[in-house]
Amino acid sequence: MIDPITLSVIQAGLQQVCDEMDLSFSRAAFSPVIAEANDRSDGIYAAEDGALIAQGAGGLPVFVGTMQYSTRVLVERIRDGLTPAPVEGDIYIVNDPYLGGTHLMDVRFAMPFYRDGEIFCWLSNTGHWPDTGGAVPGGFSASATSVEQEGLRLPPVRLFKRGVLDPEIYAIICSNIRVADQRIGDVQAQAAALKVGAERLSALLDRYGDDVVAGAIAELRARAAQQMRACVALIPEGSHEAVAWIDSDGVVNEPLAIRLAVTRQDDGLRFDFTGSSAPCAGPMNSVLATTLSSVYLAMRHLFPEVPISAGAFEPLEVTGVAGTFLDAQYPRPVSGCAAEVSQRIAEAVFAALAPALPDRATAAPAGTSGNFALGGHDPEKGRDFVMYQLSGGGYGGSAGEDGLANGCSTIGISKAPPVEIMEQQFPVLYHHYALHEGSGGAGAHRGGFGLDYKLELRRGSARASFVMDHGRFGPQGAMGGADGAMNRVEVIRNGAVHVPEHLSKEQDIPLAPGDVVHVRTPGGGGWGDPMRRDPALVAQDVRLGRYTAAQAEALFGVVLAGAEVDAEATAARRGTGV
Amino acid sequence: MAGTSRAEATGRVIGVDVGGTFTDLVLTDPATGRVRLAKVPSTLDNQARGVMNAVTVAEADLTTVDLIVHGTTTTTNAVLERKLARTGLITTAGFRDVLELGRRTRPQAYGMKGSFTPLIPRDLRLEVPERMDAQGRVVTALDEDALRAAAAQLLEAGCVSVVVHFLHAYANNAHELRAGEILAEVWPNDHVTLGHALLSESREFERGVTAAVNASVQPLLERYVSRLTGELEAGGYGGDLLVMNGNGGMVSARTVSREAAKTVMSGPASGVMAAAFTGRAAGLENLLTYDMGGTSTDVALIRDAQPAVSNEIEVEYAMPIHVPMVDVRTVGAGGGSIAKVNAAGLLEVGPESAGATPGPVCYGRGGTRPTISDANLLLGRLDPGKLASVEGGVTLEDVRRVFAAELGDPLGLTPEEAAEAVIRLANVKMSGAIRMVSLSLGADPRDFALFAFGGAGPLHACALARELGVPKVLVPARPGITNALGCVVADLRHDFVTTLNRPLDALPMDDLAAVLRAQEAEGRALIERETVPLSEVRAVFSLDMQFMGQTHLLRVPLDGAEITAEALLARFEEVYFNRFRVRLETIRAAVVNANCSVIGTRQPLDLTILLDPAERRTSLAEAQRGTRSVCFEGQWHDTPLYWRDHLPTGAVVPGPAIVEQMDTTLLIPPGDRAEADAMGNLIVHIGGAA
Repeated sequence: MIDPITLSVIQAGLQQVCDEMDLSFSRAAFSPVIAEANDRSDGIYAAEDGALIAQGAGGLPVFVGTMQYSTRVLVERIRDGLTPAPVEGDIYIVNDPYLGGTHLMDVRFAMPFYRDGEIFCWLSNTGHWPDTGGAVPGGFSASATSVEQEGLRLPPVRLFKRGVLDPEIYAIICSNIRVADQRIGDVQAQAAALKVGAERLSALLDRYGDDVVAGAIAELRARAAQQMRACVALIPEGSHEAVAWIDSDGVVNEPLAIRLAVTRQDDGLRFDFTGSSAPCAGPMNSVLATTLSSVYLAMRHLFPEVPISAGAFEPLEVTGVAGTFLDAQYPRPVSGCAAEVSQRIAEAVFAALAPALPDRATAAPAGTSGNFALGGHDPEKGRDFVMYQLSGGGYGGSAGEDGLANGCSTIGISKAPPVEIMEQQFPVLYHHYALHEGSGGAGAHRGGFGLDYKLELRRGSARASFVMDHGRFGPQGAMGGADGAMNRVEVIRNGAVHVPEHLSKEQDIPLAPGDVVHVRTPGGGGWGDPMRRDPALVAQDVRLGRYTAAQAEALFGVVLAGAEVDAEATAARRGTGV
Repeated sequence: MAGTSRAEATGRVIGVDVGGTFTDLVLTDPATGRVRLAKVPSTLDNQARGVMNAVTVAEADLTTVDLIVHGTTTTTNAVLERKLARTGLITTAGFRDVLELGRRTRPQAYGMKGSFTPLIPRDLRLEVPERMDAQGRVVTALDEDALRAAAAQLLEAGCVSVVVHFLHAYANNAHELRAGEILAEVWPNDHVTLGHALLSESREFERGVTAAVNASVQPLLERYVSRLTGELEAGGYGGDLLVMNGNGGMVSARTVSREAAKTVMSGPASGVMAAAFTGRAAGLENLLTYDMGGTSTDVALIRDAQPAVSNEIEVEYAMPIHVPMVDVRTVGAGGGSIAKVNAAGLLEVGPESAGATPGPVCYGRGGTRPTISDANLLLGRLDPGKLASVEGGVTLEDVRRVFAAELGDPLGLTPEEAAEAVIRLANVKMSGAIRMVSLSLGADPRDFALFAFGGAGPLHACALARELGVPKVLVPARPGITNALGCVVADLRHDFVTTLNRPLDALPMDDLAAVLRAQEAEGRALIERETVPLSEVRAVFSLDMQFMGQTHLLRVPLDGAEITAEALLARFEEVYFNRFRVRLETIRAAVVNANCSVIGTRQPLDLTILLDPAERRTSLAEAQRGTRSVCFEGQWHDTPLYWRDHLPTGAVVPGPAIVEQMDTTLLIPPGDRAEADAMGNLIVHIGGAA
C-alpha cells in the first residue's frame, strides 16, 4: 500500500512529464496550428490496454481521452499480428479515424516506453497537421461523401524505426499532402516531444522505483474513479433528457438529431444516445472515439477539478450509439466530427444536466468552430492562397453571470488571428469586425454575444467554403432562458445576396473582386427567466448598443424612458408589482 | 533645475518601492558606507503619503540626497482594479469592438464561464471613416470633421484622456499623426495616446489594449508623480525623481507619464534587477528568482546577469501590454495556499488561497482552513513564539486541531505528518511550475542558482533547489527590501524594436547594421539627456528570427551590429537547436525584428553596506540566539537559530539551521550548508546536488 503523500507526489510527477511534452511539442512545432493554437495533446497510456494514465494540461480540450482509444487499438493490433510489433526506439504514426481517431488531420504518434527490455507504458501525442491531402486544402470539406475524399489515411505504421525516420514511408506521406516541405518541422517536433517525455519519465521511475510508480498508477486510477463518482453523486437520480440539433450534413439538407438521456444509477452515469439520427451522407458523422471523448470533455467542463484519466471515465457509460451517426463506420466521411459534432454532443450533455447541476452548468455556448475557408489566387503576390477564419461566439449565461462574448469553441482554446495579420497575408479587406448585436439569448443572465464580420475580396479570384453550424437552431437557453441568435452566412456576389442552401455549410462558392462575405456567429443561450433580469442591466445593454430599446421591451419586458428604466411601465409590462 | 548643477554631490541615493502592503525605502550613503532602511505601511489611496512617511522614518535629509528612484504600483493597481481615468477611443469605422472581442479566448481551458470588462466601455468607443490597408496604402481618407465631432462627443461625455487607434497604423501612421495634430487643437490637455506611438507592431487587439492602458492610467500617474514631486520638493529635495519602468530601467518623472503603460509591473521588475545586480556581485550570473509571498509566487529568469525581457506580457486574462517588460511569471502558490483532501482521498495544495483575509489559521483573523504557512509553523520552521502577538490569540494547539480534522484524520496521519505532507506536495508543485517557466524560456534549471526573496521564499528555497537539481541558493542580505534595492541599482534603459520581416538570404547585412546603429544612436541620445552619473553606456543587440512559415520567434543575441549572413545563419541554427533539439537545414530562415537596448549602467553600489558591521559577531556561536525543535523528513532536530545581522563574514552554517531576520526566515535543511560571503549574502550549497 502506497502512502497517500507519495501518491500525490507521483501524480504531480506524471502530470509534469505530460506538461513538459506539451511544452516541447508546441515550442518546436513548425505549423502555427500547433505552435500558436496548441492544437495538440500529449499523454501517458497503459502498456496492456492503452488506458489513459495522465494527459498534459495544455492539450486542446477536444483530445480529452481520445488517444487512449487509438493506443488501445494499436496494442490490440500488435497482439493480433495486424501491425508489426515494436522494438525500442520505434514510433508509430496513425490517423485512421476508425481506429480510435478523430478527423484525418489529427495525426497521432505512439512510442512504446521500455524499462529493462519490457514495455512499461506508451507515450503518445496528437498534432493537427495543416493538411493531409484530399479534395480541399486543410481537410474541412463541407460536401465529402467518403473518407477517401478527405485525405490520406494512415494505418499504424512505424515512421521511426530504432529512432530513425523511415524515408520511404515519409516519402509516401509527402507525396500526398500539400505544403509537404514544411511538415518535417512538425514531424521532428512531435517525435522530440515523446523523447522528452521518455527522459522525464525515466527520471521519475529512477527516483521512486518502477514498482512504486506502477502501484501508484493503479491506485490513482481507482482514486480518480472515486473522485468522479463523488461528482456524479451531485446529480439527482433518474433520467435527464435533451435533444441537440445539427443543421444538416452538408450534402442532404435535413437536420440531424442527438437524442440523449443521462441516467444516474448509484454512483454511475449512463449517457444513452438511442434514437439519434442514422449515419449521414456528408461529413457530419462522428467516430466512436470522438463521441466518447466529447462526453468526457463535457463532464470536464462541468467538473474541471477532476484530472483527466481513464479512472475518471470509469463511472461514465455511453450506450445506444451503434447504428447512429455518432458511431460512423468506414467509409463514412468524418471531417466534421471533431470540429462540429463533438460540440453538439457537449451541448446535449449541458442541456440535459443544467437543471441537475445549476451551480456548474451553463446554457449552451455558440458551439461551432465557425470555419470559413477562402482559397484562390492573389495576382499581386503571384501565388495561390488558402485562408481560414475560425470564429468564436457567445457563451451561455449561468446561474452566476452573463455569458462571455466571442469565446473560443467548446473544444478549443486557441486565439483567433488578428484582422491585421489576415489582411497582410491574404487579398481581403474587412469592412467590420464587431459584436453581433442582439445575439445573446435573453435570460436573467443573458448569453454572450457572437461575432459579426464582413470582408471583401480585393483582387484575383477565390472560392469560399463554410463548415459552420447553428444556422437553423440557436444555442439552447436553460432554465427558462431564450436561445442565442443563430449563425448567419451571406455571400454578396456582384451585389446580389446569396444564402447557402444549408445555411451554415457550402463548398466552393466562386468570388470575384468586390464580392463580400458576411458572417454573424451565434450568441450564447440565456439562463433563467428574462423577465427577472435586473432592469438596470437591461438599460445598460441598451445604452451600450447591445440590444435595441424595442428588444429590451420584447425580450426582457423592460420599458425605457430615454436611457432610464421606466419602472412603472416595466412592472406593468412584466406583470409584477413595482 | 535637475541634477548636474548641484554643487555638492553627496552620492546619496534613495530607492523607494511602494508595494501592495508595505512601502520600502533604502538610503545609501557612500560617504559613511552606511545604509538606512524604512518599512512603513503603504497608503494606497495616495501613495505619496507612504513615501513621505518612509522618508521620515529613515530620517532622511532630502536636501542632501542626490537622487531618488521610485517603483510604484499606481498604474498596476489602476488596471487590475479598473480604477481608470475616463477615457475615450477614436478608431477606424467598423472596428470599435476590437477591444471588447479580444482574441476569442476564455479565462481557463475547462469550464465555459468567465467574464471580461473592456478598458473602455462601448459607448466611449467611437468610429470615424478612415482606412489603411496592410501595405500602408490609403483605402479611405481620414474624415477630419468626423474626428472633431468624435472628440467633442467624448469631451461632452466627460473623458479626460483619449486614444486614437487606427487599423494598420504600424504600416502607415499618417492618419494617426494627423488625428494627433487635430486633437492638439481641440483636446484640452495632453492626454492623447496615438496607438502606433507606444507599439508599432501589427495585431490590433494587443496594440489597442496597450494604447488604451496607457491613456487610461496616464492622468493618474501624472497626478501622482506631480503630487509626489511637490512633496519631495517641499521636503527640500532638489534632484531628479526617476521612476522604474517594467523593463527594469528607469526614466525621468518629467516624461514618465507620456508612456505610462511602461510602468505597469514596475515593482516586480525592480526586484529582478536587484537580483541580477546582487548575483553579478556574488559571481552567480545565472539565476532563477523566486519571490514567494502570501498569495502568490513570482519567478523570473536571469541569464548572464540580464533578466529575460518579454514584449508580450499579459498582466491578467485578455490584458496584454506589449511593451518590453521583465518577464516575471506568477506561478500560483503562496503562504496562504489552502491544503485539502479531495473526493479521491488525495491531498491537494492550492489553487485556493486564504489570501490576507482571513489568511492562514495562524494569523488569527478567522482563518479556519490549513495553509502552507500553518504547516511551516507546526513543523517548527516558523517561530511559534510569535503566535502570542497575533490579534485573535491563536495557539499552536488550535493549528494542530485544524490539521488533525481537515487533513490528518482523513489521511491517517498525525497533524505534524500532515503538515510535512503539505510542504512536500507544495514544493513538488512549485518546483514543477518553476521548471516549466525555465523550460519555456529555453533554460535548464540545473544551470541556474535560485535567488530567494519575499516573505516566504527563503523558507522553501533549499527544498525547491533540491527538487530542481539546482546546486546553489542565493539569499541576499536584505530579502525583504529587494524591490527598493532594485531602484537603487537599476540601469537607465531604452528599448527599440524595428520590424524587418525579410528572408535572411534577401536581407543585405549592411541594411541590418544600419538599422541597429540607428537604434543605438537614438538610445544614446536619450540617455545623454538624463542627468544621472553613469559608469558605462552600452548597446545590446539581438534579432528575432524564425524559419519561414513559422509564427513563433526565437531571440538570437548578437555581439555587435555587424555580422555576416553566414555567421548569422550558423548562430540562429545553433540557438534553434539548443532550444528545440531540432535541425531544419532545408528550410529558409527569416529576420523578423531587429532589437537594440541601450543601457546606462549606474555607479556601482557596494552591497556590503546593507548589513551594519557593528552588529556582526566574531563567531558563529555568538550569532546563535537559541534552538528550536524542527521537523525534517519525519525527524525532529534540535535546530540552532541564528540572527542574520549577527553572522560573521565567512561564517559557514551547516544544516539543519534557521537564520532569522526582520522580515524573513531562511531554513537550511540537514545536508545543506550556508556560507556568508563578504557582501552579506548567504550562499546555500545544496547537499547531493551536482
